[in-house]
Amino acid sequence: MNMLQLENISKTFNKGSINENKVFDNFNINIDNGDFVCVVGSNGAGKSTFLNIVSGKVPVDTGRITLDKLDITREKEFERCKKISRIFQDPSLGTIPSMTIYENMSIAKNKGNSFGLSFLKEKKKEKYFKELLEVFDLGLEDKLHNPVSQLSGGQRQSLALLIAVLGNPELLLLDEHTAALDPKTSEIVMDITDKIVKEKNLTTLMITHNIDHAIKYGNRIVMFHRGEILIDLSGEEKERLTKEKLLSLFKDMNDRNFFS
Amino acid sequence: MDGFLLSILQQSFIFSIMVMGVYITYKILNFPDLSADGSFTLGASVSAALIIKGVNPYISLVIAMLAGGVAGAITGFLNVKLKIKDILSGILVMVGLYSINLRIMGVSNVSLFNYETIFSNGNIMIINLIILILSAVLFTLFFKTKLGYVMKGTGDNENMIISLGLDTGKIKILALSISNGMIALSGGILAQYQGFSDINMGTGTVVMGLASIVLAYSIFRNIHFLNASVLCIIGTFLYRTSIALSLKLGFNPSDLKLISAIIVVIALTFGNESISLKKSFKLKRGLQGIFQSKIS
Repeated sequence: MNMLQLENISKTFNKGSINENKVFDNFNINIDNGDFVCVVGSNGAGKSTFLNIVSGKVPVDTGRITLDKLDITREKEFERCKKISRIFQDPSLGTIPSMTIYENMSIAKNKGNSFGLSFLKEKKKEKYFKELLEVFDLGLEDKLHNPVSQLSGGQRQSLALLIAVLGNPELLLLDEHTAALDPKTSEIVMDITDKIVKEKNLTTLMITHNIDHAIKYGNRIVMFHRGEILIDLSGEEKERLTKEKLLSLFKDMNDRNFFS
Repeated sequence: MDGFLLSILQQSFIFSIMVMGVYITYKILNFPDLSADGSFTLGASVSAALIIKGVNPYISLVIAMLAGGVAGAITGFLNVKLKIKDILSGILVMVGLYSINLRIMGVSNVSLFNYETIFSNGNIMIINLIILILSAVLFTLFFKTKLGYVMKGTGDNENMIISLGLDTGKIKILALSISNGMIALSGGILAQYQGFSDINMGTGTVVMGLASIVLAYSIFRNIHFLNASVLCIIGTFLYRTSIALSLKLGFNPSDLKLISAIIVVIALTFGNESISLKKSFKLKRGLQGIFQSKIS
């Protein structure tokens, strides 16, 4: 079943100026329900614009975006956010730094409900939040009342992940969310990501420059090149894909880039 | 208590409400809102004009607050919907309010000495204290609600609030509205307290508010149990005291704006953790250098 569908998407930045940059021309993609898609490609291939178009940060010139059978093309970013959660590369973007872990989680838990004049904090939720944090084994459950600004990048990003899925989104967007972390932390965060995605059976799009992660995680891999999908492998084909094969594909693509 | 301290206290009580308003935009929303200068006078002029028309002084304050709220919402509208830069939106509303305030009062100075104000019956101190406590409690409670937290979040990490599916534009407009409502309320009370409303009485409101906030923060930064409204009140008292002292020292009242500006600069410089750390670092190293060169 289709979860996300992009039809005939065209997007040109700085139209009519000398810096005109055509990123997508009649671009199409279908994402199935429960897919965990790794998006790879060199810089400027259109990966981030793709995510920005899905999240609504960048409006499309023409085309149609459908999420769970609903046309969301004209919806603004904040409206789409009710169904889409996104994690950024910068760990500070996914949480509110001046607030405590508890406050951050309480706000996220309330997603989809009204943010009115009732009090935010509820004592009874404290235990539930602690249980959620214990799964990570990062010691976050003991820092429930510490401001997020005191946490490390990896801890923040893990928390951001947890917060992003607390509101039960239909689609999770990961924009190089481990790129700013050290290798070890990056592995931990990826494991947590995989755990969460599998547990909640979330439809996920993950941009990554880490070839190992692209091979290891997800059930589908999509390689972008100049606004087009060069390679699209899923299921067994994806499992058969090796690091060497993927790197050689990258190399082919770059050579083609060079000569064209 | 002598008259000197008493008048400082009373002024602090009145101005604290304004400072809480400035706190909402400056500290919580991270929005340099200059419309405060206009909405302070707006509160004073609306309240004064209504009292002269025979309206109950308390009701005049409520209407003054609403008028301030509208002014703040306009600032927000200019910034959020018309995409005018935050600081310019505030300046535009402040300039526009100057004419509106003159329209409301008819003249540049309205005297209330022959009319009944909230201070006509009862103890001035107690009335001021009740209004202040009420404002501070509401202020504190509001920022414990979901809406309050979302407002804090908008100033701190707008992306996160957007990702909750909320329209941060609306939240900003609401915050500016509440802020300017409080500032106008404070202006209205001051007009009734001093017995007149003047077209220029709001000049420097923002600076005064900032001075009070940064004073409190640079001194009590590390004390976590003090909540924001208490810090605002302490800051206002410190600021008012330093102003009163400089008058006692023989400065002209016309020097006061310059003194406030200097207080803000000093408090901001030393209140800024990174700068003060660097400075003390450099200072230490410099001193070490001097001593070492003397020793060697």
